[in-house]
Amino acid sequence: MTTLPVDNTTMEKPGERPPLVLGHTSFATVTSEICRPNETRKPPMAWYVTMAISSCMAMMLGALIGYLILTGVGVWGNNNPVMWGFPIVNFVFWVGIGHAGTLISAVLFLFRQNWRTSINRFAEAMTIFAVICAGTFPGIHIGRVWLAYWLFPIPNQMSMWPQFRSPLLWDVFAVGTYFTVSLMFWYVGMVPDLATLRDRATNKIKAVSYGIFALGWRGSMRHWHRYERAYLLLAALATPLVLSVHTIVSFDFAVSQLPGWHTTIFPPYFVAGAIFSGFAMVLTLAIPSRELWGLKNFITLRHLENMAKIILLTGTMVGYAYAMEFFMAWYSGEIYEQFAFINRAFGQYAWAYWIMVSCNVITPQIFWFKWCRRNIWVLFFASLFVNIGMWFERYVITVTSLANDFLPSSWGTFEPTWVDMLTFVGSFGLFMTLFLLFIRFLPILAIAEIKMVMPEADPHAGHDHDHHNHQEESTS
Amino acid sequence: MTTPMVETQTKPKTSKMIVEDMNPDTGTSKLWGLAAEFSTPAEIMEAAKKVRAAGFRWWDCHTPFPVHGLDFAMGVKYTILPILVFFGGITGASIGLILQVFTNSLELNIWAIVPVVGYQFEVSGKPLLSLPAFIPVIFELTMLLSAGTTVMGMFLLNKLPCFYHPVLKSTEMKRLTDDRFYLVIESRDPKFVKPRTEELLESLKPDKIIELEA
Repeated sequence: MTTLPVDNTTMEKPGERPPLVLGHTSFATVTSEICRPNETRKPPMAWYVTMAISSCMAMMLGALIGYLILTGVGVWGNNNPVMWGFPIVNFVFWVGIGHAGTLISAVLFLFRQNWRTSINRFAEAMTIFAVICAGTFPGIHIGRVWLAYWLFPIPNQMSMWPQFRSPLLWDVFAVGTYFTVSLMFWYVGMVPDLATLRDRATNKIKAVSYGIFALGWRGSMRHWHRYERAYLLLAALATPLVLSVHTIVSFDFAVSQLPGWHTTIFPPYFVAGAIFSGFAMVLTLAIPSRELWGLKNFITLRHLENMAKIILLTGTMVGYAYAMEFFMAWYSGEIYEQFAFINRAFGQYAWAYWIMVSCNVITPQIFWFKWCRRNIWVLFFASLFVNIGMWFERYVITVTSLANDFLPSSWGTFEPTWVDMLTFVGSFGLFMTLFLLFIRFLPILAIAEIKMVMPEADPHAGHDHDHHNHQEESTS
Repeated sequence: MTTPMVETQTKPKTSKMIVEDMNPDTGTSKLWGLAAEFSTPAEIMEAAKKVRAAGFRWWDCHTPFPVHGLDFAMGVKYTILPILVFFGGITGASIGLILQVFTNSLELNIWAIVPVVGYQFEVSGKPLLSLPAFIPVIFELTMLLSAGTTVMGMFLLNKLPCFYHPVLKSTEMKRLTDDRFYLVIESRDPKFVKPRTEELLESLKPDKIIELEA
């Protein structure tokens, strides 16, 4: 495939910028290699197998939602006092995962972290699919889904309006805005690459379908000028937005009076947790994808190592937040708060709490060691553990505080039913189905952006293809 | 007898006999412009500087990715997009504030297609006009409208979607989204005189010159 030796080390050479794309000398090979998953006649067997499994799971999700609507929310384990149960746990879990995409696209873009170009496209795709999964759960949790339009301020014959002082309504606006902006960001980034696929299309159907979505993009420099400004503006807008979304999700908890929820640490703690789980999910998806489509020259070990470092950082922040919650419970002198935290660690849900701590606090600490950051299997399994741990974090927060609040007479126990569990499994099916369709039919990496960060893209590099000599000339 | 004819048809750019507005292949379509193909960003950068210096106005560069500094080398004026986005954001913030004050704090009757009545919502002892509680929705709507203006504004200022364009029609320019860089001078430019413009493009040492029909 490539003739040049692949520099797949993560060693830093002083005075030299590490290569972002390995084994490539021309733009044409970049295009053809990234387009290969879209253009190949037969995707690998693994794609068909995973697609079959995940689409079955997605259909199961649909069937279970149908069952829920026909029967009622009694099919779930939600009870009084644990009114929230799995749907809200799953909602927060999926929204959290949906944070990495826009974080990679927007925040790393503003910090001029060029390594993001290889992973931003599918991280953004992952964001959108995760937010779709997230949005499903509150949608079906409202009980009477045919009244879901009550969530929005639509003039109606009852003169009835939403209650804008409620964090649950802020959530509708936050998640709705986040989904819309992420979708626009993803699509705007994809337009030039869709044009690439359009121009390479071998048959009419492909040319027309990619062509429609490429909007007639013709790479005009006058267009690129506005495009680059628009992309920068979107990044600048998406950065506070991505931080606001999980902040507002945390308000769902923090604005209530319940012990264990009513704390000011929630917004930063939730945002750190969201980035943590999002990057873990990016790793979980990137490692098999780069194997499946042979994209190791683009998603290099260096990218994986960088993501491991972010997981280490945010995981440590999450661990600090866990400790700080205990400190504040003790320092507040508030008996309900103190009870809530002791109950979390040693009460009826202690098993969930310790799964959470071992997955979220202990697992990422292995990334202090370079060997672990560079070993694919360690990375993959650590990312799975983080995903598990972050789901349990939401479970612990949601269920323990609701089950044991102020008065022992109103305490209860939550036990999920088979419908709860299979609905959650089914949401993974929906997520994976969408993701597999994406890696087959849409440009999986940002082709134009990758070309832009190649040394060949520098217009001052020289007049011929031998740019190294000219770089020396221009510096002298 | 036929051989020299074919010769002139396949190599039209060497012929000085062609009527300027006619396409030599069909003899009917109008010449829309001339494109010069380059293979590196540095070459098109140099070419763009020279074409700009020659005083052309209706010309453009088509590149697979934004070449840094090429827009300013071409003399592209800075876009007004940020200003539009600012007003988009202001609109979003105003809508957010007015919507919440109207629906939750006031009891106004207005007629907007259907009769719309506000409602004084009293919840958990909060004041009717509880601005701090309205901030999240104001923020989100500001972001939503700013981002929407950014995307819509960018595409509309670029006059996209545009599914028909001579550059897209040309079969020889397919690599503009892959690895080639094209400089296109349109025939509507007042300075466009086909032989002279062709000479100018030749002097930039392109890989080839393509004629674009409208």
